[in-house]
Amino acid sequence: MDALVEVSGLTKRYGDTLAVDGVDLTVLPGEVYGFLGPNGAGKTTTLRILTGLIAPTSGTVRVLGGRPGQADVLRRTGSMIESPAFYPYLSGLDNLRLLAEYAGVARQRIDEVLELVDLADRAKDRFSTYSLGMKQRLGVAAALLKDPELVILDEPTNGLDPAGMRDMRRLIRELGTDGRTVLLSSHLLGEVQQICDRVGIINSGRMVAEHNVDELRGEQELVVRANPKDQAQAILTRFGSVHQYDDTLRVKVTPDRAAEVNRVLVEAGIAVSELRSTERALEDVFFELTATEEKADVG
Amino acid sequence: MLGSYRAELLKLRKRSAVWVLFGAGLVLSLIFGYLLPYLGYATGDDNPQTDGVPRAEILRGMLPERVIDNTIGGYPIFAGALALVLGAIVIGGEYTWGTLKTVLTQRPGRGTILGAQFLALATTVALWVVGIFAACALCSVGIAAAENGSTAWPSIGNLLQGLAGGWLVLMMWCLAGAALAVAFRNVALPIGLGVVWILGIETLLAGVVSSLLPGLKWLANALPGSNAGSLVFTVTDMASSDAPPGVRDAVSGGRALLTLIGYCAVFTALAVWTTRRRDIT
Repeated sequence: MDALVEVSGLTKRYGDTLAVDGVDLTVLPGEVYGFLGPNGAGKTTTLRILTGLIAPTSGTVRVLGGRPGQADVLRRTGSMIESPAFYPYLSGLDNLRLLAEYAGVARQRIDEVLELVDLADRAKDRFSTYSLGMKQRLGVAAALLKDPELVILDEPTNGLDPAGMRDMRRLIRELGTDGRTVLLSSHLLGEVQQICDRVGIINSGRMVAEHNVDELRGEQELVVRANPKDQAQAILTRFGSVHQYDDTLRVKVTPDRAAEVNRVLVEAGIAVSELRSTERALEDVFFELTATEEKADVG
Repeated sequence: MLGSYRAELLKLRKRSAVWVLFGAGLVLSLIFGYLLPYLGYATGDDNPQTDGVPRAEILRGMLPERVIDNTIGGYPIFAGALALVLGAIVIGGEYTWGTLKTVLTQRPGRGTILGAQFLALATTVALWVVGIFAACALCSVGIAAAENGSTAWPSIGNLLQGLAGGWLVLMMWCLAGAALAVAFRNVALPIGLGVVWILGIETLLAGVVSSLLPGLKWLANALPGSNAGSLVFTVTDMASSDAPPGVRDAVSGGRALLTLIGYCAVFTALAVWTTRRRDIT
């Protein structure tokens, strides 16, 4: 499968500051790719390079088979980089109208995207009167205006209330299932865990991991506290490999089989005092990886 | 390009600052071209405001035959400063609002976007010139009717030459504002520097060169303001004695025309070159 975004050895230097340091990144067609990193890690710089706003110092970048910033690549890419920027004296509708003029998009598409982000009712109000969440939604509407194959969103849920965040997550997920490819930058790890297929983690300008979300979080386990333990361990091996951790047993099995595990143990006359799933959240992995990097930097 | 041009026109049409600048230019032209002279004319020969100029001569200055003088007489300095502000706010606003990144991630290239912006500015400036001309023409017709003055008009050729010359003067200052805005990625600084240059530095330089350093006259005559004033002087019927500030016979009309075109080309090239090469951060 040809990658939609291929970045290799990407470096961006501002004077003595290395903002992006040899980043490799691949985004495959149809996936929702989460680009994670702490503030100042180099996420936005990388996304600006992908949209042709800034030129890399070195490295190769291919977006939709072309060079970032080429007219054909921009035509097929929708993006919202950093905070949404629009003309404050124009209405949301007029802002989209003029973007449609630049991009050669039919006017009916404006109504579609306004409906999609639930902004149709306030479309004729001035952008300067919008709340932060409405500005963010207009930014996403602008990114979708060209009906793009690749959507690049930089912190799209910034400023949204919980309901707005939920709607935005749903929208992004729908974009992914709709055949579009989404490259999403965020530092909200729960959000990324919920909606992304793969993630890349960047820290201090360097890419420290790029995996499927599940791979990154590791295999899921069930924690079982049972008595007698030896007998329980023998039974649990039917479900997967078992190892002891303190005075509990850890079984490599998905949490949806917890009820079955419980039933088998109870039927065998084993007393089960604790049964719970254990899985690492993406947040745990993120902090492990970025902390490791920071230690290595100090070292 | 056509879509980008339409988008730029939409931005200009809906921006109140553009209308305020046009209104200021219009009001200045009417006050200095018609209102004050007419008050001087109406209050009689003895009024010191007329400074000994015969009333008939004051009236003649307000009639249709002198409409081009009143339309573009203030362009080298006052309307020029307004045009510079226009260029600075339109191009600099893209940086201060951060909208440049929004625009540049659409479809057209950077050169195309800037080209469309300059074309839209050129259109707006042309509409300003025509609008001020129309207002001045109405005033002159009204005064001619009220005072039984002549309603003879300049020839079509002279009208077109005057309006085109005025447009070029305003466009040169507008592009200067735009180039400064690109250079400083800002609105306030280009306006401050540009306006100080137009209203103060050029006049000061001309004065110093003429009194202390006559050998540097060639330099003073190469400056944009001198050439703007010279072009306006050439395409109007003004005499040196009654020319408004900034309008003077410093260089020939042909040389002024070429110099202003050269400045327009340089400002455009600098803005395009910088915009195409620079990172949008």
